Amino acid sequence: MSTLTETVKFECETGNYHTFCPISCVAWLYQKIEDSFFLVIGTKTCGYFLQNSLGVMLFAEPRYAMAELEEADISAQFNDYKELKRLCLQIQQDRNPSVIVWIGTCTTELLKLDLEGMAPSLEAEIGIPIVVARANGLDYAFTQGEDTVLASMANRCPEKNLQNTSQIQEQLKKTEVENKTFFDEKMTSTLLNKSGAPTPLVKFKNLKKSGDPTPLPGSLSPSDVKENQKIESQSLTNNKILKKEHPPLVLFGSLPSIVANQLTMELRHQNITVSGWLPSNRYGDLPELGEGVFVCGVNPFLSRTAMTLMRRRKCKLIGAPFPIGPDGTRAWIEKICNALNVVPQGLDEREAKNWQGLEDYLKIIRGKSVFFMGDNILEISLARFLMRCGMTVLEIGIPYMDKRFQAAELALLEETCQQMSHSNPPRIVERPDNHSQINRIRALLPDLVITGMAHANPLQARGIKTKWSTEFTFAPIHGFVNARAILELVTRPLRGTSVSPVY
Amino acid sequence: MKLAYWMYCGPAHIGTLRVASSFKGVHSLMHAPLGDDYFNVMRSMLERERDFTPVTASIVDRHVLARGSQEKVVENITRKDKEERPDLIVLTPTCTSSILVEDLGNFVERAAMESNSDVLLADVNHYRVNELQAADRTLEQIVRFYLEKTKKNVSGEEWQNLITKTEKPSANIIGIFTLGFHNFHDCSELKRLLTNLGIEVNEIIPEGGKVTNLKNLPKAWFNLIPYREVGLMTAYYLEKEFQMPYVDITPMGLAGTAACIRRIAKILEENFNLQNKKTVYEDYIQQQTKFVSQAAWFARSIDCQNLTGKKVVVFGDVTHVVCMTKILVCEMGIRVACAGTYCKHDADWFREQVWGFTDEVLITDDHTQVSEMIARIEPDCVFGTQMERHISKKWEIPCGVISAPIHIQNFPLGYRPFLGYEGTNQIADLVYNSFTLGMEDHLLKLFGGHDTKLNINTNEKENSLNWTVEAQQELSRIPGFVRNKVKRNVQKYAEQNHLTEITVEVMYAAKESIG
Repeated sequence: MSTLTETVKFECETGNYHTFCPISCVAWLYQKIEDSFFLVIGTKTCGYFLQNSLGVMLFAEPRYAMAELEEADISAQFNDYKELKRLCLQIQQDRNPSVIVWIGTCTTELLKLDLEGMAPSLEAEIGIPIVVARANGLDYAFTQGEDTVLASMANRCPEKNLQNTSQIQEQLKKTEVENKTFFDEKMTSTLLNKSGAPTPLVKFKNLKKSGDPTPLPGSLSPSDVKENQKIESQSLTNNKILKKEHPPLVLFGSLPSIVANQLTMELRHQNITVSGWLPSNRYGDLPELGEGVFVCGVNPFLSRTAMTLMRRRKCKLIGAPFPIGPDGTRAWIEKICNALNVVPQGLDEREAKNWQGLEDYLKIIRGKSVFFMGDNILEISLARFLMRCGMTVLEIGIPYMDKRFQAAELALLEETCQQMSHSNPPRIVERPDNHSQINRIRALLPDLVITGMAHANPLQARGIKTKWSTEFTFAPIHGFVNARAILELVTRPLRGTSVSPVY
Repeated sequence: MKLAYWMYCGPAHIGTLRVASSFKGVHSLMHAPLGDDYFNVMRSMLERERDFTPVTASIVDRHVLARGSQEKVVENITRKDKEERPDLIVLTPTCTSSILVEDLGNFVERAAMESNSDVLLADVNHYRVNELQAADRTLEQIVRFYLEKTKKNVSGEEWQNLITKTEKPSANIIGIFTLGFHNFHDCSELKRLLTNLGIEVNEIIPEGGKVTNLKNLPKAWFNLIPYREVGLMTAYYLEKEFQMPYVDITPMGLAGTAACIRRIAKILEENFNLQNKKTVYEDYIQQQTKFVSQAAWFARSIDCQNLTGKKVVVFGDVTHVVCMTKILVCEMGIRVACAGTYCKHDADWFREQVWGFTDEVLITDDHTQVSEMIARIEPDCVFGTQMERHISKKWEIPCGVISAPIHIQNFPLGYRPFLGYEGTNQIADLVYNSFTLGMEDHLLKLFGGHDTKLNINTNEKENSLNWTVEAQQELSRIPGFVRNKVKRNVQKYAEQNHLTEITVEVMYAAKESIG
């Protein structure tokens, strides 16, 4: 990647800042991976955080629970293995998940519970895969929790044997042409999992013929929906049979399935097939990985996952900016195209049209200044996008800065700085100190501060407009389609809400 | 290990932080890993606090584990001392620091030498006490620390002055603090009640109080402890050291408020030789009960007759459940089928209090047990915490929230005390509204629901447009409450662009153009 010049300045402060504990990743991951169960092995503190930050989600019988450590566990009066076995058997009985994810916490670190050691034997004993992720506050911040889970999960993805699959693919194509109607359900699904050749609509038609009720929107039973989603996600990834062969591409990062489909479709417009996502909607559908598989991240906090994919699974990492904002999405697609030897088509137009659609929002923020206090590692990408929108970025606080994984994003930030002739290049402050930041905010008086909830109300009370950083983690912000969603969030405090009534 | 999905009571450090940050000029320093300062979010969001929460974390990370925390903790304390100039810094241990077994007491001593502020280590064991017990302890610890410090530092004469009672009868209100259930409204109501009784309010702690004023506590004639959960330890200490009597009857409900006032009268007559207090206060009680509170009249009105014999379940902290049970049974004629609490540490007192008022008692901190109990009893209404509200929703039973744990809607902007005479009105409204809503719902079902207007907007344009199977599935995935809007927008977009088939691509394009 390009070397950084003096444009962007890096600093590091005391690390006394507010953010969410990384175990919060269970909140979105248990929803993403539909057949999973997350067991957080920690104390009341962890539980209290989760129940308060998850709010109403908790009342919907989530597929997550605490293994709450009690005094006897701390003083090693209980056998950890037996205790965990008891709880996991109970989970198996109550929920029967396809995978149990153990989330290690600060306490398991301090007690040196050997979760990685215990998992394989317990897994063998009870017959459910157990994935261990150390998402603790001693080492990580907020979104990095997802990174630890996905890094562990990368090791569970089936191995891809390139030669073998292409043979199967060939075979399948033939069979499909010859006797379409003879696919029984079982055969189709097993073959579908291995490769991507037949269009699943075949299966759909068969269902219709055999007298099954045709699923219509609004009248879907839950099992129908699940089945359809499965079919559909495969149809999206595999629908059009490759016009041109390119090496398999797996994307990593947890996104709501609608957003994942949108990105998949953007790539399909470039004749690129996404062979899988890490994570997939179901644990059983984890993508195949191996030598020759190209991988690309969709979120900037996934550096451990990227490392695991490269080193352990021998995948080729496509270093790209992240698909956040029209500029980011365009650059992301371009990098993928380049890596796969595909000539990108119509991207200029696509991006320009996307920008056009944002004009009403751009009018509001052009020339305004923004200060990121740092919370979820999306900061560089968001700052880059907002800078391109014409905002002045005063400071980019960030919990952790992986300059290698974010190299392409940093290069784009730098390029954006130069092109937008940003007079004061932003400071990137790693492990910020919230107290010092508030002093700087008081001195700089930014038009907008993007910050965690602990500081939002106090800053508002001092006349400084704020936006909760957490919302960017949960809102759909990826791809061309969702660029508006980002600006919707950013402009909200700057729009009509600035009421100043006359009393 | 315990499999837990939800808890009624938070961890110990939350209790300590609630007490410490309720005082003015007290800063808490948590010895905790990144992300454990979630308390700041709760205070800022739930209480809609305008000021920065005076809590920071001295972060425990890998480097700290390798080196030990001493340097960092001491450095952070002295830094806070310079930045904020608080009167007191409370070093707050967490579950993590409990395991580290570092000599935090020693750090505090060292830091105290270097800073102008007082420095205290909150004396709570994470694995033995819960949020409420920790709050009770921390309050007592801070009070004891300042009274002992004052006694040591002032001359005998000054000390005598300090512990001399005020001229007129006066009281301390102990146990009002941040994130408590309707605590601030209750506090206003208590002040009004005491003023009406001719009693001055000496100090209110911890909310809004300054630790430097704690030396004035013994001046009061007695202490009022409105909530059983927090403040009693302080009251015991003040009784033992300064022979201060205390009133621990919660003035909730008509009978509860009257009992509280009568106890105050008794204390004033017996301990301070004031004459006639009982008769004067008795008049006041009658006056308030008949004319200020509407609850007594409400109990006799035809509305309340309809509630007779209805079956309810009450669950929450001990103070609110005990009071609500008595109010429902004695003041409204409602049958309490089960009264329960999650305050396991105070179970004996609870049993004794509700004995004879309820069919059964449930002591548990496991919400699934509460859920099963509610399902089994099938009450007409539930009074509980936010958890019971959600359980009741599942069983389609109306529910009124009467106790923590609570959400932001239980921090109302309007005046909603639960204590005193205005409190009785609020409770009557709460009870009555919960029931009528249930009744209304029942009648609606009986008579076939609200009149439903035919939805005109459907089935017009759909016929000309063909939704592909994929698009239909994508649509079905959109949450129900916005699905129709999305559908209309997509169709509008398709019409504008003269498209006859709606594919997933068209949907996304529509979203991009319309937003």
